[in-house]
Amino acid sequence: MNSRTADGRQLLEVDNVTLRFGGLVALDEVNFAMRTGEILGLIGPNGAGKTTCFNVMTGMYRPTAGTVRFQGRPLIGRKRHEITRSGIARTFQNVRLFPEMTALENVMVGADIRDRTSVLGALFRVPRYWREERASRAKAMEMMEFVGIADRAGEVSRNLPYGVQRRLEIARALATDPALLCLDEPAAGFNPSEKAALLQLIRAIRDRGVTVLLIEHDMRLVMEVTDHIVVLEFGKKIAEGSPAEVREDPRVIAAYLGVPTDAA
Amino acid sequence: MHFHSLFQNFGELTVTGLAQGAIYALFALGYTMVYGVLRLINFAHSEVFMVGTFAAVLTWGLFGLDQDSATPSVGAVLLLLLAGFLAAALAAGIMALIVEMVAYRPLRRRNAPPLVFLITAIGASTVISEAVGIGTHRNVSSVPPLIRPSTVVQIGNTSVTNIQILIVGLALVMMVVLDLFIGKTRLGRGVRAVAQDPDSAALMGVNKNRVISLVFLTGGLMAGIAAVMYLLKIGGTRYDAGFHLGIKAFTAAVLGGIGNLRGALLGGLALGLAENYGSGLFGTQWRDVVAFVLLVVILLFRPTGILGESMGRARA
Amino acid sequence: MIDQKTAMPRRTWRNRNGNGSPFRGRWARLPRSARWASLLGVALLAYLLPYVGSIPGIGPQIVTEGIDWPSALFNISYFVLLALGLNVVVGYAGLLDLGYVGFFAVGAYSVALFTSPDSILNTGWSWLAAVPVAIALTLVSGVILGWPTLRLRGDYLAIVTLGFAEIIRNTANGAEFMRGDRGFGGIPHPPGSLGDNSPIFGVRDATPYYWLGLTIIVVVIIGVRNLEHSRVGRSWLAIREDQEAAEMMGVRTVKYKLWAFAIGAAIGGFGGVMFAGEQGFLNSATFQLLFSILVLAGVVMGGSGNIPGAILGGALVSYVPDRLRGVEIAGTDAFQFRMLIFGFMIIVVMVFRPQGLLPSRRRAAELADRAKEATA
Repeated sequence: MNSRTADGRQLLEVDNVTLRFGGLVALDEVNFAMRTGEILGLIGPNGAGKTTCFNVMTGMYRPTAGTVRFQGRPLIGRKRHEITRSGIARTFQNVRLFPEMTALENVMVGADIRDRTSVLGALFRVPRYWREERASRAKAMEMMEFVGIADRAGEVSRNLPYGVQRRLEIARALATDPALLCLDEPAAGFNPSEKAALLQLIRAIRDRGVTVLLIEHDMRLVMEVTDHIVVLEFGKKIAEGSPAEVREDPRVIAAYLGVPTDAA
Repeated sequence: MHFHSLFQNFGELTVTGLAQGAIYALFALGYTMVYGVLRLINFAHSEVFMVGTFAAVLTWGLFGLDQDSATPSVGAVLLLLLAGFLAAALAAGIMALIVEMVAYRPLRRRNAPPLVFLITAIGASTVISEAVGIGTHRNVSSVPPLIRPSTVVQIGNTSVTNIQILIVGLALVMMVVLDLFIGKTRLGRGVRAVAQDPDSAALMGVNKNRVISLVFLTGGLMAGIAAVMYLLKIGGTRYDAGFHLGIKAFTAAVLGGIGNLRGALLGGLALGLAENYGSGLFGTQWRDVVAFVLLVVILLFRPTGILGESMGRARA
Repeated sequence: MIDQKTAMPRRTWRNRNGNGSPFRGRWARLPRSARWASLLGVALLAYLLPYVGSIPGIGPQIVTEGIDWPSALFNISYFVLLALGLNVVVGYAGLLDLGYVGFFAVGAYSVALFTSPDSILNTGWSWLAAVPVAIALTLVSGVILGWPTLRLRGDYLAIVTLGFAEIIRNTANGAEFMRGDRGFGGIPHPPGSLGDNSPIFGVRDATPYYWLGLTIIVVVIIGVRNLEHSRVGRSWLAIREDQEAAEMMGVRTVKYKLWAFAIGAAIGGFGGVMFAGEQGFLNSATFQLLFSILVLAGVVMGGSGNIPGAILGGALVSYVPDRLRGVEIAGTDAFQFRMLIFGFMIIVVMVFRPQGLLPSRRRAAELADRAKEATA
């Protein structure tokens, strides 16, 4: 799967995005587009600006220049929760769950996103409260089953093993019904068999119709799972193409020279 | 509103405001340093200050002085002031160390969340002020008239008294000394290292517990000096003298940017001035309201205070 | 960004406490009806507390000596109410509020202004008529305080809320219409009379006021619990745990923080309304900062984020000092030692049980049950 298998409609366009922190240029006129249904890999050496790029897309940072359009509408300047509501969900490089809440509750926070029960509705337990509460719980359980951790639903998330926490974060993000899921180094700290399972999971996510943006260090995983790859170095895009093209690209090889291809 | 009274007494209000602000500033150092290093509000710091005031009163009492004594000779006054400052600073410093050891260290060992530190500090604060309250039968302890206030400088209708000059001058000297200590010495470097990143500091061989003790001690010493200034200005103290003043000093620390030493000075002076101008303009009963409204307004525009937080990044 | 320094250790100390007490497990395994029955029993016992002194043996040990027992119970009831309200703000939403007494004062003063003959409003309403207005005003004051301060981080919020309470107290002192320490007298009591035309809420016996307080507490508990087990409660917890991640999951943090403030304020206002109705008089000396600090100490000591914890903490904060009144220790009245002893108690509890006396176990077992229901 090295041609762009997606259905061709543009889901997200990153257009000439530049981000400066004081004198430091974190992103320098980065351009790329994602199509609905594809798995796009965003790779590059440490400090290349991958996570920063993520953060611009999800509203954590506001770019100095350039625009990001999602489903044809500009994202810049919208509030974070609105961006999530419009269909972009993410996970974090260093897992950021709600540690004191149970796994189920964590996912329910994501599933609550489309609920319309008001504070007064919850206070007086109106019929809509019961309906939406049931729906949220069912949705959360479905997502946990999907990522394969339904048996841990009642456990407090801080007590869960690392691998389960990573999956839980994915379930929480999926529960918001995203059109685009951004995974920030989901395989960090995984052993080969866990990585293989993750690879299956990412494909399954795509098969649900969710477009996936993947930041990952493990080249083997990226080459295997993605349809299209964007390579960043020092905040600049240095290459873009199918995994096969990127692998052969001299600039990419130079950027990674001395860095083992499966450094993770 | 009394614009007339504000303009007429502007000089007077400025001078008293600066003197009040200097006390806030020294008092605020304890809050700001502890916050800079541990990220917690040392609620018991107000009682550290209060203990300082009583240490000075007791010391002067040992010399056979009370509020009815005549003003001693100049030489004796200097000696007594020195003794008072030393006693107050030492007592407050030791009190701060005790608070750290009894109330905070056990919690740090257990990695308790920050809120728990705050509550323990409230407990410690209650214990100290109540113990002193019971010991003094909740009475006011007055100080001997060591310095009779007299006008030293007169500009227009503004008179500056010897006490005000002493307070502001000494506060500035102490701030400079502390600034140099934190900025230039080895111990100060350790403090900054822990403030910046406790874990790496520990890896680099900085003894975190020693640094924390040092920070509490220094904050206590400064509060002790502020305590004697307060006595000279007000003339007496009580078991609950620290509570209200402590809230103001903490406000000053936040105003300037908590965790930031120079911020404490700036915040203290700004608060002292604002309070005095405010009470000139609206009447003295609105003094505190003006202070807190100023705090809210400043935090709205600068959410981390005038100078921003950080003891580590800025040089001081 | 979450504060790594504070967020990381938390995990370790909680871990050490394992996965809940055996009691909790047993409680969660009880059938629903049995749980309801026991809660009902507890509530019933609470209503009977005024008569606890008649139990031979332990009864006289429990009741207060320096203050009549019904009055002490009434004090407990509004402290518990305040603890429940503050628990919403601090325990659930994680917003450190040091000036909670401000809302108590707004509630009490609103009643005074609308009912007291001393008020310049001269409306002379009944207590009951003033209640909804007072609650609405506290709710609004919660939003007014919350709106500008929501962007502030934890410790800054603490000092601003503290400042807010001081502003209210000083306004009560300084503004002519608030009457300073002269205060408002003649605030009417709650309505109702007995068969012989004597009022239910009189001046001699505080028992009816305690029952009224207890009833409000029960209602508030039900309301707070409903919120806790809904998207509102989940949003609060998510904000407390990691505000940025919560936003990324679509939680409208500003909205839910404001609601936490408003609901906490309204509950505090209820406390003030009750207080004004019982005392019949209030002035600016009533609302000391120490008061909010005591309530906060109660919430954290009891177990922040947990309703039973807040109740226990609030009750202790009021009961312990009252119980020490009139007791003789070494020939002197323990009354003057009460705060000293209380301070020691806070330190000891916090050092040996930093998670609080009844810590919140995030409903683990209960939710596990429900998860099973959902999959079945």
